[in-house]
Amino acid sequence: MREAIEELLADYAEAIDDGALERWPGFFTQDGEYQIITRESHDAGLPIGILYCGSRGMMEDRIQALRTANIYEPHSYRHLLGRPRYAQQSDGFAVRSDFCVFRIAQDGDTVTFATGRYLDRVVQDDGTLRFRSRHVVLDSRRVDILLVLPL
Amino acid sequence: MDVPVTRDLASDLVWPQGGVTRVPFRVFSDPEIYAEEQKRLFRGPIWNFLCLEIEISNPGDWRLATVGETPIVVTRDEHGVIHALVNRCAHKGALVCLQERGNAKALTCVYHSWSYDLAGRLQSVAFRHGVRGKGGMPEDFDNAQHRLEPLRVEVFSGLVFGTFSDETKPVEAYLGETMARMIRRNLGRPHRLLGMHSQIIHNNWKLYAENVRDSYHATLLHTFYTTFKVNRLDMDGGMLLSDDGRHSISYAKRDTLQQSDEYQKVHSAQYKSGLAAPQLLDTWTEFDDGITHCIQTIFPTLVVQLTLNSLAVRFFTPRGIDRTELFWIYLGYQDDSKEQTRQRLMQSNLTGAAGLVSLEDGCINEFVQRGTRGSEDRNAFLEMGGREVASSDGSRATETGIRGFWQGYRELMGF
Repeated sequence: MREAIEELLADYAEAIDDGALERWPGFFTQDGEYQIITRESHDAGLPIGILYCGSRGMMEDRIQALRTANIYEPHSYRHLLGRPRYAQQSDGFAVRSDFCVFRIAQDGDTVTFATGRYLDRVVQDDGTLRFRSRHVVLDSRRVDILLVLPL
Repeated sequence: MDVPVTRDLASDLVWPQGGVTRVPFRVFSDPEIYAEEQKRLFRGPIWNFLCLEIEISNPGDWRLATVGETPIVVTRDEHGVIHALVNRCAHKGALVCLQERGNAKALTCVYHSWSYDLAGRLQSVAFRHGVRGKGGMPEDFDNAQHRLEPLRVEVFSGLVFGTFSDETKPVEAYLGETMARMIRRNLGRPHRLLGMHSQIIHNNWKLYAENVRDSYHATLLHTFYTTFKVNRLDMDGGMLLSDDGRHSISYAKRDTLQQSDEYQKVHSAQYKSGLAAPQLLDTWTEFDDGITHCIQTIFPTLVVQLTLNSLAVRFFTPRGIDRTELFWIYLGYQDDSKEQTRQRLMQSNLTGAAGLVSLEDGCINEFVQRGTRGSEDRNAFLEMGGREVASSDGSRATETGIRGFWQGYRELMGF
């Protein structure tokens, strides 16, 4: 099982880092949930973070918006993932893993953009492992400049 | 409307002809001007937003804030009274409170254990009488002569304001009737914190102060607004200014949209697709005045927003001449239903560092900061909607709010 979970996490990061963002919603179940939230708000149990998608449709809208509507300087990410730990639950797995994301700007400027942990619920969905929920808990309360590509 | 050209003692800046319709790019990058703002503006006769009252609900609660770059701690004492104090020990000048927020009976500096009550009065000093009868403070040392420097404090609709100046008018008079009424509309009911984050934008703080008063750019740069008809200039709306021009309200009534041909020509309306998940924009009517979008600015660095049902307070604080921290505080009302809280969560996607209609502001002001490098002797041109500082009822194709900001800025800075 460990291998299948690690494969899912690596494939997810690879899709984003390669710019294949249209693949992103497909890593989630149809009613999958994705949220980016600060550690501060997460620890305080506050509902609103920085970005929230409550369905694959909302994720598709995000990608559509960043492809055609939103304006920002071109950049890409590089994810470095830590070794996941997981626990079996009745309907799947609770997975926790650490990440570090670098942001590479078009002028070559490379910065540490975000560090934190993924808190995931992973389930078997049509014979494929998918995220039922992925909560991205950022260590810092600050976002540098803006956040448009998913983490 | 030209403000007389005056010469400032601390800077050789001479404001260009054209008054508030011209802004010398130099004000965004000159370190002398930046230093002068700390004194004349942030410590001048203005109210600085410090925090929300609900962040310090209980006796003993405290929270850090800044006024310009000056570190502040806001406390609630055992009698429930709110104090704002410079977070600087009266002894050696070290920060007294280190954590972002906390609860304590006293504020004690870690350096030499000088201890203050929650009103900032010095209570005790370590080794005051020395150790084993040797050392200690002089006999005439008097606790009452030392304290944390206090600011005047006022709370208005749950917003805690502080000022260094004795001349600042009471908050309600500072705001004026129109501004005070809109704040009461949006924040006058018991509210609660739903989330908070910040973003670092790489520009002078005044570029964001302009940006958030700029109803001209909103539907052009933020294409999501236009496409999904959240806010367009062909809805009934306007730009209201306070009598002194410093504060503003940009508002729109979504139900009054009458599509204008002008939008066919702009990039921002060319994004045709509908939303796969339109529930993002499901709304309910909170007020019967028809206003569905309102961005209110309070001079110099506070913003109150109700966009559809997304209620938020934003404020920004200088972290250097070309670095600004922009805070987003998302709120709901205490009597919100679960569904309403969920809808505020959905709509929080519109604004913030990843906001579908706001993320561009994270970079656009930096583009001005970078674009004006080497052109410090040139000026910005601000004549959209005329040359006046006056409310623009009926049209937001105007820069009147920005002109109002510069009018206030020049009065305070003596430019």
